[in-house]
Parts: sequence; structure tokens; C-alpha cells
Amino acid sequence: MSEPILKVRNLKIGATVYPPGEKPHDIEIVHGVSFDLERGKVLGLIGESGAGKSTIGLASMAYGRGGVEITGGEVWVNGRDILQSKMRDIRKLRGGEVTYVSQSAAASFNPARSIMEQVIEASVEQGKFSKRDAEARARLLFDKLGLPDPDNIGRRYPHQVSGGQLQRCMTALALCPEPDLVVFDEPTTALDVTTQIDVLMAIKEAIRDTGVAALYITHDLAVVAQVSDDIMVLRHGETVEYGPVHQIINEPQEEYTQALVSVRSIDHEEKAPTEEPVLSVRNISARYKGTKFDVLHSVNVDLYPGQTLAVVGESGSGKSTLARVITGLLPPREGEISFAGRTLSADFNTRTREDLRELQMIYQMADVAMNPRQTVGTIIGRPLEFYFGLRGAEKRQRIIELLDEIELGEGFMDRYPAELSGGQKQRVCIARALAAKPKVIICDEVTSALDPLVADGILKLLLNLQKIEDVAYLFITHDLATVRAISDNIAVMYKGKVQRYGAKSQVLSPPFDDYTDLLLSSVPEMKIGWLEEVIANRKMESAGN
Amino acid sequence: MKNIPISALVGLFFTALYFLAAIFAPLLAPYGMAEVVGDVWEPSSAEFLLGTDNIGRDLLSRIIYGGRTTIFIATVATILSFTTGSVLGIFAAVAGGWVDQLLSRFVDLLMSIPTLIFALVVLSVTPVTVPMLILVMGLLDSTRVFRLARAVAVDIEVMDFVEAARLRGERTAWIIFREILPNALSPLVAEMGLRFIFMVLFVSTLSFLGLGVQPPEADWGGIVKENKDGIVYGIPAALIPAFAIATLAISVNLVADWVLNRTTSLKGGRG
Repeated sequence: MSEPILKVRNLKIGATVYPPGEKPHDIEIVHGVSFDLERGKVLGLIGESGAGKSTIGLASMAYGRGGVEITGGEVWVNGRDILQSKMRDIRKLRGGEVTYVSQSAAASFNPARSIMEQVIEASVEQGKFSKRDAEARARLLFDKLGLPDPDNIGRRYPHQVSGGQLQRCMTALALCPEPDLVVFDEPTTALDVTTQIDVLMAIKEAIRDTGVAALYITHDLAVVAQVSDDIMVLRHGETVEYGPVHQIINEPQEEYTQALVSVRSIDHEEKAPTEEPVLSVRNISARYKGTKFDVLHSVNVDLYPGQTLAVVGESGSGKSTLARVITGLLPPREGEISFAGRTLSADFNTRTREDLRELQMIYQMADVAMNPRQTVGTIIGRPLEFYFGLRGAEKRQRIIELLDEIELGEGFMDRYPAELSGGQKQRVCIARALAAKPKVIICDEVTSALDPLVADGILKLLLNLQKIEDVAYLFITHDLATVRAISDNIAVMYKGKVQRYGAKSQVLSPPFDDYTDLLLSSVPEMKIGWLEEVIANRKMESAGN
Repeated sequence: MKNIPISALVGLFFTALYFLAAIFAPLLAPYGMAEVVGDVWEPSSAEFLLGTDNIGRDLLSRIIYGGRTTIFIATVATILSFTTGSVLGIFAAVAGGWVDQLLSRFVDLLMSIPTLIFALVVLSVTPVTVPMLILVMGLLDSTRVFRLARAVAVDIEVMDFVEAARLRGERTAWIIFREILPNALSPLVAEMGLRFIFMVLFVSTLSFLGLGVQPPEADWGGIVKENKDGIVYGIPAALIPAFAIATLAISVNLVADWVLNRTTSLKGGRG
């Protein structure tokens, strides 16, 4: 067995926290993690947010982000313990021997410089290549990564390529100086499913062809199953399970890993359309102020009482715009919306209080959907006060009931949003919507910012509440697994049009149109070798290409 | 109130000292404000700790009473400027459209005229009384607060929780006072310290130019004016109110800096 490129022994990482109203103190966020990584192998680090996976990734470059400090253990890169190295040697290591691909390429590239300048910067700086050689190598990598027009794409600026292409440019940046180790930190998380596949495939082939070792950090087990040789499951800064990929996926030993593998186990029987729809969107076309093209083209959908209509599509498909039109934030150019038998006024300012009450909304980012200066009690209590005139003990009683319904309980009443976890925040937002006793709740990507297990809990809660409160959901999402779990009807949107619409069983069974097929086949499955299979069977290119 | 840096402690101490002196002026001052008790420009002695002024009044008493007037006017004017400035600023951000345009352009218009000259013009045609002074200073300064409040509110206004409140059907008053103001308060309070100091300087300048507090009432700017001729003869009486203005300015600034630091470090997780 050859000497591993990266050898981590008993790594401990700490940070100083400044909780409001308390003395700052030190906490340990990674408690003694060890692993080996050989040339040409990929190790997947997987866990929920806060598991310490990114922190470990950065520690392999001897770096601690924002107040984070490596407090113990050893990190050996190419036979040197880099934690004991001088700053000068570490500088040589970063961007030379070890490189990094971050989650958001859009935020990591300098918008004022061309892509080529940035891709070759580290290689030239480190003295690995001359400018001319580095450029030649970059063009080779662009080609290998499947970027269009590899000879000239480097002259473009970051805003002139799509998100998926930029992520591949960043991979080229990382591979350019011929590193021994590349750290991929959630490189596909911010991308659409269909684009994610292309990037994954490109990364996988590039790793195979260049023979580097890679750390692949993600929260998505299905993704990591496609690219890794070994997987390490992390939780709260500790190793839960560490082994070859087939063992983790097919025979997980630990309970936590089993939960991760079997996540999205919700079974939801679709309900047949009943009586009259509660919300009916008729021939809606809409455009944003000051633009000359429609983002929605004659959209027609119906939502039945007590049911869920899922609106699926990639970013830019117009699904969030549809929500803005229904809520009255964006009056449509033509068409109308009928709600509970009456026609809704186009602008929310001219809607009756009853219309506003019966149509509630839950947002994607729960942290900004709640006023940080109000307590949970105030946030949930306000609609009660506003719509039903509840006061004092009566209001308090109802708030407690709602808190019980979202499985949080009375103790949360006086907390501020900053004192809640991501899942709890989203639950409070759900309670705020329910407090108005609505007929319809619009859920805009409500689970996409959450960890899989937490998202699962939220979906179960939503389904449960639907039974109790008989509320209908208009569920906007890009995630087909969520759609399968929760919907009765599905509308697939593509470029502002409804591409396919009908009952779940009908939409999700063949024959498919090309776009639905692409979308369905792009959802990562927890099956080794799935990626190659999909690429081989694809009928159309993704929009990001 | 733990972990206060030393600079802020020093600032807090001196600010408190000046404010207490202003509040308890009649108890602390050894002589009356306008009482002629000695010779012209006597040097400091056990009887007159800081000496006497240009017509033989006790300088220490004048400084204490003068501080009271200066600090009172500056405080009330700051409060006035903040209430009008921040309420209108947030209102402009929330209302948007032509309301915002109208208010913002009007403020731009006012700001294009140098404040001091504008104040001098207004005060030369109106009776110079304390309420008038406060009104002119407060309203002129509220243009600065308006700009800050609007800028902060525009950022908060696009947040989902404000949109949620609107979709609930909340009135503008609720959105301004319950959703936006609590979140805009920290930067506004920090700015308040700085604006207070500008007010102190402003009222002193006006008095020095003879359009501020009218004699025999004392204020720091006025005392400098009364005693400025003494400097030629080596009499330091005019420097003492100047020193008072400087120390008050520095100490309030130290406190304001600390508040500002605390708010910026909170930016991440508005706790």
C-alpha cells in the first residue's frame, strides 16, 4: 500500500463563540477525526449542517475559517505534518499541492476579471507553469470538463457564463496547478438537478483522468455515492461511520446512516380531485415591470380544497413568479385568478382582509421571513390579533395550541428567531400561516434550505396539518423527491409554460415528454453507477448547458 | 453591560459628568449666572476657581449654567431631528414611488444649501428664542437623519418578514414602527451620538456669531464670544468653554464608537 496523500489523525478543531448575553467561551466543533486518502481516490464527507464537514475540508489546507482554530491532531500531506509547518510552506501548499472548490462559484469569482486570469492565477503565482503553459493547460481542462468553446471561454467574465459552467470553471481552476489533493465543498448544491448531473460527471471524469485525490463534501448521500470510493459520515464533529461506498450505501451499520439512506420514506396516497377547485389560475401571463418579455405564458392550474398542487421546475422556470402573481405582489398582464368562488383582485393592496387571510404564504428562508426583534409569541400572535381580534389569555391559549400543533410546545413562546434552529424556524413560519386559518398556503421552496432529515420532518408535519386543518398547499419546489412525497397534482414548468399537468400518478408515469424525462432522471438515486446510466440514456441537454 | 472597553468607560464617565452638572447647575454653581461678583478678568483664585469674565462674573458659574443651556438645546434638537428624520425616512422607504421621490428630492434640495448659512438666514428674520433655535437646528439636521434612516430602511424593507406583514394587510404605521424601526434602531442610536455633538457645535457656532442664545443667558459659544478679546492680553477665559466643548465631543464620540462597534458585530445574526 502506497503512502496516502492526505493522512488525518485525531484532528480536533475549536472555536470561540459569543452567545448574546453570555461570556464568550471556547467550544470544540470537531472531536478527533481520523482518515486516510490515497492518490486517485475520492473520500466523501457527509453530514448535516454543523457536522463539521467543511471545517475538516479546510483543515486539510491548514486553514480555519472565521475564528475557527485547529486545536489538536495531525494533518499529513505528502508526508509532512502541515499543522507544524511554517506559514511560508503552507502558502506554497495552498493553491499548489492542495486546492479548493467552493459551493458558490458565482460568489467566489472576481466579477471584474476574466475567467482565464483567475483560473491560471494560482499556477503562475506558485511558479508551477509559465503563463503560456498554464493557459494551454486551462484550455485542455475546459475541454475535458465539457465547457463549450474551450479555446475562448477563458476570455469571458464570470457573469457571461451560466452557474453550472462557472462551477466547472472553478473545478478547472482547482485542477490547473496539478494539485495532489482537491477539496470539493458542496460544488453542486447550489445548482439545478439537471445541471448538477453535468457538473458531477465532469468532476468525476476530471478526477479519474488527472489522478488526483479528492475530498468531496456534501449533505446529499445520493450525490456522494456517485463520485466517492469511500464515505465518512459525520455528525456533531464525530465520525459516525467510515467505510467503502458500497458498504455505506448497501449495508449501513449505524442507525444514523440508515436514517440518511432511507430518508424521504414518506408515503402519500394521491387524492382524487373533489368538487370545485379552491384556487383556479386562468390564462395568466405576467412580466416584470420595465421588461418587454413575459416570464409566464398563459398558465392554467387548479388547486382543490385540502389537496396539494406541486409546481416543479428549474430556476428561471417561472414557478416563484407564479406565486407572486397569486399573492398579488405582481399583478398579471392578463388572465385572472379565482379563489373560493370569487375573482381575486390583481393587486394585494386592493384585496379584502378575508382574501388576504385565506391565502397565506410560507417562505424559503425562514430566517428572513421572521422579524428578528419579535418573539415567537408575537410572530404567531399577530395574525390572531389582526384577523380575529384575539387578546390576552384567549390569544395566549391559541398560540399554545398552535405551538403544540407544530410540535414545539409552550416553552418556545418567549424565544427569539435567533434562538431557534433552521427546522424550528420553518415550523414557526408554518404556525404563523396556520394562525390565519387559511384555505390555501403557498409554500415556496420551504424545505430546500434544510438538511434532509429536518426537511423530512417538515414535510411530515405539513401532511399531518393538512389532514387536521383541511388546508390546500400550492407547493413550489425544484426537488422531485419532495414532489413525490407530498403532492396530489403536479404542474411541471419550463420556461414560463406549464409543460405537463395532471394527477401525480399520471404525471410521474410514462410516456414522458423530453423535459419531464430529463427532470425525473436527474434526481440522484442512492445507487452506485447511477450517474453513468443516466448520462447514457439522456434525450435532451439541460438548460444550463 | 459587561465587557465595556476602557475608552467607552472614560467616555461614559465624562458624558455623565457633564449631564449631571447641567441638571444640577443651580446646586453646583458657586455664584449666580449673571451676578457680577468681582473685577474684570481676574485670574483664578480660591474665591473664583476659574477666574472672572469680561464684566466680572464668576467664570465657573457661567460655564456650568452655559453647559446647561448648550446641552439642553442640543439634546432637544437631536430628539426633534431624530423623530422627524427617522419617521419620514422609513416612511419614504416603505411608501416608495413618488412619495419617496418627493421627500428625497426635497431633502436633497435642503442639503444643497450649507446648513450654517441657511440657519443664519432663517434666524435673522425670525425672533431668536430658544424654541426657535431648537426648531431650526432640529429640522435642518433631520435631513441627515432622513438619509440614513431611508438607507437602512430600504435594506430592511425588502426582507421577507416585511412582505409577510404587507400580505397580512398591515397598515403602514405598523410596518414602520413594529417591523422596520426595531431593526433600524441600532445604527440610528449610534448615529444619534454623533449628531448630538454636531448639535453642540452648531449651537455654539450660532451663539458665537450672535444669532444663538442671547445674553445675559450663558452658553458655551456665547462665553467664547464674550471673552475672545482677552486672548490678546494672554487671558485664557475664552479657552475654557472651548475645552469643555472639546472634551464633551470626544467623550460622546467614544461612547458612540462603542455602540457602533456593538451594532456592526451584531450584523451577522441580529440577535
